[in-house]
Amino acid sequence: MMKPRSKFLVAFAACGLFAQGASAHAFLDHASPAVGSSLPKPPAVIRIWFTQELEPAFSTIEVTDQAGKRVDADDVKVDGADRTQLYETLKPLPPGTYKVSWRVVSVDTHATQGTFSFDIGP
Amino acid sequence: MRRYHQAAAFAAALTILPVAEAGAHGFAGDRFFPATIQTDDPFVADEMSLPTITRVPPNVMGDQEVDFEFDIAKRITPDIGIVFSDQWIYSQPKGGPAVTGMGTFKTDLQYQLFINEPHEFMGMLGLATTWGHTGRVQALGQDDHVTLSPEFKWGKGMGDLPDSLKWLKPFAVTGNFSVDFPTRVNSNGSANQNMFNAGVAIEYSLEYLQHHVKDVGLSGPLGRLIPLVEITSSTALNRGLNGDGSTAGNGIGMGTFGVIAPGIIWAGNYYQVAAEALIPYGEQQGHGVGWMVQAHFFLDDLFPDSFGQPIFGHTAPRAARE
Repeated sequence: MMKPRSKFLVAFAACGLFAQGASAHAFLDHASPAVGSSLPKPPAVIRIWFTQELEPAFSTIEVTDQAGKRVDADDVKVDGADRTQLYETLKPLPPGTYKVSWRVVSVDTHATQGTFSFDIGP
Repeated sequence: MRRYHQAAAFAAALTILPVAEAGAHGFAGDRFFPATIQTDDPFVADEMSLPTITRVPPNVMGDQEVDFEFDIAKRITPDIGIVFSDQWIYSQPKGGPAVTGMGTFKTDLQYQLFINEPHEFMGMLGLATTWGHTGRVQALGQDDHVTLSPEFKWGKGMGDLPDSLKWLKPFAVTGNFSVDFPTRVNSNGSANQNMFNAGVAIEYSLEYLQHHVKDVGLSGPLGRLIPLVEITSSTALNRGLNGDGSTAGNGIGMGTFGVIAPGIIWAGNYYQVAAEALIPYGEQQGHGVGWMVQAHFFLDDLFPDSFGQPIFGHTAPRAARE
């Protein structure tokens, strides 16, 4: 006869097994250009990697200049081979500071968002 | 039957109340607020702490105590939640035999008042209740009466500071205020006082630094650390002083006491772990240092399609599933 405490531990371990298929909130893992970086030349594409696979229909990136004008091509995509990667092409960028705003939904429908900036030097 | 319809209508109304978008465990814009240990969290959530082990600082009599606590938080709607908690206590009075048993069962009904994403600011109202006679009253001195504690909890991230102060942006502060209203004036000849409780947690999120301010190369677990200091205080509002200034009843005066708890949290995708030292201060406290460790699970991430959802009202965009 299993003691009540043992039953509880088994049940808790079982919960862990069932939960292995779960996803979670998608946190930013790393980005290119890197968060807060200064670049000598403008990038043609912005790429952000997340900790979870993403739902393409609800995942966006907006890049704006200091005046608040969008400078991305509005063609954001989730990478077909790596569903944790979101990327978007950028218009030609003059020197300045740019703000990146991302909003993503992981495949289990958890939504997260964030911002960061990068600089392009003269 | 009429009462049933009223209840159903009330439940339906709750599900359509205005709701901040759901992130469950503590998101406000860019900010992720971890579950702190001493200071109550300012957000409703589907989370579980199992266990929280506390080595209580020895009291003025030199008594030793270790607590093993369990709590579970469940969202009823996306912005109404409830927390259940209890603990098992090992008490070692100085010079006496050890005593063990259950502590007082507690509940906390919570309402997410607001979440301001641009300013990483959130507030919550709550009603905490300790249920008398649910723990070992005589042997461990647990409550023999119900205590109601209305409370306000808040959290504020510093991400809206100007870029010239960018290194301060990872800071966040959470806090809470509450007043205890015991339903009995005395228990075993000791006064049950109205207490004013306050707590604050000051956090510096390396996750926020790495992912929202500056990639400083913190990879792996280092990028998920949150050093913090928590400070709690309790102050008796009444029934503590006789006319001659001496303390009455249970010896609690009108001074303030509490703990200062420096520590660290590591928050992953599905769970977090935390450890803190407990440094007591004030007239009630002994002179030893205690400690606390906790494993905390994000049920909304572990069980996103079932237990991790509010009972009423799905929080995520359903279309994403279609």
